[in-house]
Amino acid sequence: MTPFSYARAGNAAEALRLGAAGATAYLGGGTNLVDLMRETVARPAALVDVTGLSAVIEETDGGGLRIGAAARNTALAEHRAVRERYPMLSRAILAGASAQIRNMATVGGNLLQRTRCTYFYDTEGSRCNKRSPGEGCDARDGFNRIHAVLGASEACVATHPSDMCVALVALDAQVHVAGAGGERTVPIADFHRLPGDSPDRDTILAPGELITAIELPTLPLAARSTYRKVRDRASYAFALISVAAAIELDGNRVADVRVAFGGVAHKPWRALKAEAALRGGPATPEAFHAAAALEFAEAAPLRHNAFKPALAGRTLAAVLGELVKGEAA
Amino acid sequence: MSLIVNGEAVALPSDPRVSLLDHLREALHLTGTKKGCNQGACGACTVLVDGERILSCLALAVQYESRSVTTIEGLAGEDGLHPLQQAFIEHDGFQCGYCTPGQICSAIGMAAEAGRGVPSHVSVDLGAPVALTREEVQERMSGNLCRCGAHNGIVDAIRATVAAEWAA
Repeated sequence: MTPFSYARAGNAAEALRLGAAGATAYLGGGTNLVDLMRETVARPAALVDVTGLSAVIEETDGGGLRIGAAARNTALAEHRAVRERYPMLSRAILAGASAQIRNMATVGGNLLQRTRCTYFYDTEGSRCNKRSPGEGCDARDGFNRIHAVLGASEACVATHPSDMCVALVALDAQVHVAGAGGERTVPIADFHRLPGDSPDRDTILAPGELITAIELPTLPLAARSTYRKVRDRASYAFALISVAAAIELDGNRVADVRVAFGGVAHKPWRALKAEAALRGGPATPEAFHAAAALEFAEAAPLRHNAFKPALAGRTLAAVLGELVKGEAA
Repeated sequence: MSLIVNGEAVALPSDPRVSLLDHLREALHLTGTKKGCNQGACGACTVLVDGERILSCLALAVQYESRSVTTIEGLAGEDGLHPLQQAFIEHDGFQCGYCTPGQICSAIGMAAEAGRGVPSHVSVDLGAPVALTREEVQERMSGNLCRCGAHNGIVDAIRATVAAEWAA
């Protein structure tokens, strides 16, 4: 680890003041950042500890939920309102990492996880445009089983590793951000970037900007929602494919639906094409498979991940089928 | 600048790079907490902070000022081993023993989570009281790897002691 200074912020204003210096990183639970610093992938000159900022989870006037960015992942997953009204969010968090890591990791930090692309981590032997812009990408022609099939670029085929964010995208969450110029609110679907020519930037955050809270809107159909993760072992592994879905039926037809995929792109992937195809149509396995096929029509699989579009289709069909039967919650 | 380790106030490191794990082992000579992968993948370094299980390898010690840390050395009482330590012996919960301190601290934290109703990835009903079936214990302990393959004995030891109240 390269040397760095450490300071604890008592409030957002103090964090912003401390974070205005160059090469400063905000520190939450440290479960990703400390690891990246140890591997010298991240080399901040200063850390500003923001775990003392708001961790409050509270009802909003509009009937939604506001989550302080310093709330721990476990606290959000176990919150009664989340379990009852946004079960896909509880399930997504519980599908990620281990209990020890969920106890440490903050909600704000979860949004800022870096990819788990092995070439990104390999500072000694691999080229990576995300780690060293312009260097090249060894994943594109390397071992790329876990990599992206949608929205990738010549420069980068990495995926975003978060489970929680897949559910947040399906739920249309809003990210509250504070910076030197004031506060702004960003829809979660616009918060993470596609790689394009600058894969070193994962999000739209400007230097020094700080996530202060996540807000969930009122979304009655989310009460019938769930999250399914497909991975190489039964627990404690990153997703090959994951699906967050919610559905509302009108008889045998789909009145409304929300779908997002994880493990397929540089950002959590909101499946707007699949949703549009499903809305108003029959709630049948054939329709679910057709909707997924439409979403992945432009997929560009790599050498080792050609299984992903088909697996995504089967997973979506299984998840929606369970929700329709009322088996999932 | 201090933290509490097994009931005693100790100094924090002056270098913020020092992990809680290295501070426990190298400065405080509490070598019961083990360094396995040192990257958050194995659970060998699990300790309890204010009763919650965390990974000490991914924790910068300076972040834990004034917090109360319990390690494996802090579990046994004047009258002998913690019941879970004894159960690991009786149920063959280890072979080499390297993962054992982390397994035991993790299981104590796990039981507290179950007690307050935290669901898991395998819980069918997110709102129901927790029933610590074998499957539930396996999932909740999945952050602690055992290379010797003593997992069945570990689950038995946990279900016989700290999980007994919620076992099903």
